[in-house]
Amino acid sequence: MNEESQTEDETAKLDFKSVHIDKEWKHDAPLIGCRFDPSGRFVFSTSMDQNLQRWNLEDGQKVALSGHESWLRAIGFSKDGNRAFTAGYDGRLCFWDNESQSTEPLKTIDAHHGWVRWLSVSPDGNLIATAGNDLVVRIWNSNSGDLVHELKGHQKHIYSLFFHPTGDFLASGDLEGKIHIWETNQFGKARTLEAKALHTYHTGQQVDYGGVRCMDLSKDGTELACGGLHKGTNPFAGVQEPLVVVLHWQTGDEIRTHEATQITHGILWRLHYLQDGTLMGASGGGTGGFLVFWGKEEKTDVHKFKLPNTVLDMDYAPDSLTVAAAHHDGRLTLSRLTEKA
Amino acid sequence: MKAKYACQSLSHTIARRDFLGALGGAGAIAGMNTIPAFQSQLLAAQVAAKKKRVLTVFLSGGASQLETWDPKPGTLNGGPFRAIPTSVPGVHISELLPLSAQHMHRMALIRSVNTAESDHGRSRYRIERGHKKSPTADYPHLGALVAKTTELDKSTLPGHIHVSSGSGSRGSNAAYLGPKYSSIAVGTSGGLRNSQLPGGMTATLNDSRQSFRRMANEQFLQRRRTAETDAYLQSFEQAEQLMQERDLFDVSKEPSKLLEEYGDHDLGKQCLLARRLVEHGISYVQVSHSNYDTHAENFNFHIEQLGEFDQAFSALITDLDRRGLLESTLVLVLTEFGRTPKINNRYGRDHWGRGFSIAMAGCGLQHGGVIGAMSDDGMQIKDREVNQADLFHTYLEALGIDPTAEFDIGGRMIPIADPTGEAIEELLA
Repeated sequence: MNEESQTEDETAKLDFKSVHIDKEWKHDAPLIGCRFDPSGRFVFSTSMDQNLQRWNLEDGQKVALSGHESWLRAIGFSKDGNRAFTAGYDGRLCFWDNESQSTEPLKTIDAHHGWVRWLSVSPDGNLIATAGNDLVVRIWNSNSGDLVHELKGHQKHIYSLFFHPTGDFLASGDLEGKIHIWETNQFGKARTLEAKALHTYHTGQQVDYGGVRCMDLSKDGTELACGGLHKGTNPFAGVQEPLVVVLHWQTGDEIRTHEATQITHGILWRLHYLQDGTLMGASGGGTGGFLVFWGKEEKTDVHKFKLPNTVLDMDYAPDSLTVAAAHHDGRLTLSRLTEKA
Repeated sequence: MKAKYACQSLSHTIARRDFLGALGGAGAIAGMNTIPAFQSQLLAAQVAAKKKRVLTVFLSGGASQLETWDPKPGTLNGGPFRAIPTSVPGVHISELLPLSAQHMHRMALIRSVNTAESDHGRSRYRIERGHKKSPTADYPHLGALVAKTTELDKSTLPGHIHVSSGSGSRGSNAAYLGPKYSSIAVGTSGGLRNSQLPGGMTATLNDSRQSFRRMANEQFLQRRRTAETDAYLQSFEQAEQLMQERDLFDVSKEPSKLLEEYGDHDLGKQCLLARRLVEHGISYVQVSHSNYDTHAENFNFHIEQLGEFDQAFSALITDLDRRGLLESTLVLVLTEFGRTPKINNRYGRDHWGRGFSIAMAGCGLQHGGVIGAMSDDGMQIKDREVNQADLFHTYLEALGIDPTAEFDIGGRMIPIADPTGEAIEELLA
């Protein structure tokens, strides 16, 4: 959701069918996460060497930041972009100062027992939500780092979080395809939605598989898109196809699903609604890395863009026209959703 | 082709006694080639009194050494998990095994196993049979070997049991030892299937029909005895015994608190049943945990699978120890191979037979020992490479069995273990 940065001129230039790679930078380890900071100065990536990289969007200069003892994929920011927040598979929540040259965190909190897979910052910037493999969502004060609240109720690992743009609700999605909607004024559970198609128990391999890997809300606030996978006929070999389950935000009714044609080995790692209402997903897996685009009425994609290497994360820039993708071969690509200049 | 293993010929009888003698540590007698001699019935009695057993937990599909017994945290191949200390100072294992870590002083690790195979079937064959698979020879499963070598004369229960989600089938994995030593598969749900007399069949009537069967068998066997008829006969006797002992296979007989400790999942129940079986004197019990063949999402799946394994394995070791069974039971945690140190583009690890880990616990070992080491990136064995033959020699010595002894199979002398192997002496008590 980047409505503040939207202008009529930018909307006019958006043309996702002309998507092309504008820049690509290289890190010396596989990348697993990426996020733009809201000020538009930086794009951050995370990597299998357990580091965070802060790339200057102007010149591509990179600063490596170290503070985690494991992989990290969860990144968020203060509203002004001066601080970054990260959470990792070491259970830590770290605060970073984007204004300083320091490569160490300002603050480190032992936030969870086990992995933290997702972090989301409230729209007003005051709260940070983290989701752990300890089945708890924790809410933190983004200034002090104090624990504000704990939300319990998931029975399986929590894969994704999403703050409603009003700040009144927080959604948490798990491996079973359950999405708990929490009210943020009293932190009670408002309701539970289900995207069952995103979960499989494979009896042969005896594993739970899938999960709500990512979420985004439609521009009119009525539809929650949940991304992940289905048709997991051989989870251990990565044989599955990307799937979006679109639920009615209020009722939880399934409105539609979106599939990706010709991607036989892929997982949706991230979803974003574009300014024109098109849904964009990033799929990575054996078939390769793709940006996939769905119109509101179409079950299958209206456009696909093959990226040079498989994708493990994606983010949509505040300018509403640039997309970052984190690739396993260490590349960070910046694609433009416009015609080539 | 009919094997003569059960022909009761003089040579076979001698060889079997020779073998039992070897268990007692008797020396070879001049003129009997390499076969250690049987010295006295007393030695055999001592063997019986100290009967050793083996309980194997097989992690099917190839568990990652980096996510279990040999973590490499902070390296590019190390993955996301950290290493944690264990009950043995200086020995660290993956954070996915916090409960197992507390048993390290009862365990030993081998971190440098090389089967030189990356195919599931061929590598599993090596790990379970101690030999390279050959088109011209078949070798018995470790369970068959243990059942044969620790067999007591009066035992009628099967000596080689695989606990699984299915039940009732008989394996074909004893090779030249004969079907008597092939595995019997039993499940955990509802005890032993088909083990009650059919409706309308009274115990008295059943005794009568079994007596008649035995009489008919004896007449037939006087003239036409073969390995197959012996196996057939033994199967009936074994089935009778299993029916009488069917409660043994019912884990619901255990206290609910203990069931909770093992875990409310298949592996927990299977490990608890395995403990009941070894406690009852079954020579070899194998549990399989499926599945670790994680070419994609290796880390998510190892969290899921090892969560079950850690709980069940820890409860098993605690339970065996509490009952005094760990002194006479060799516990093995095997897998057909490890997983590639390099992480592929699906968060997966592929097959890797050139340097992986197994764990052991229980009898005959230097507890707390760690044998072998991989390079920091996990790609090369840098210390004490061992293969499947070395492992079999080590298992057998830990059980007090001479791995250099031989079976006499119809007059053909076959080494118990691959003679190219050597026991890992520094791992043995």
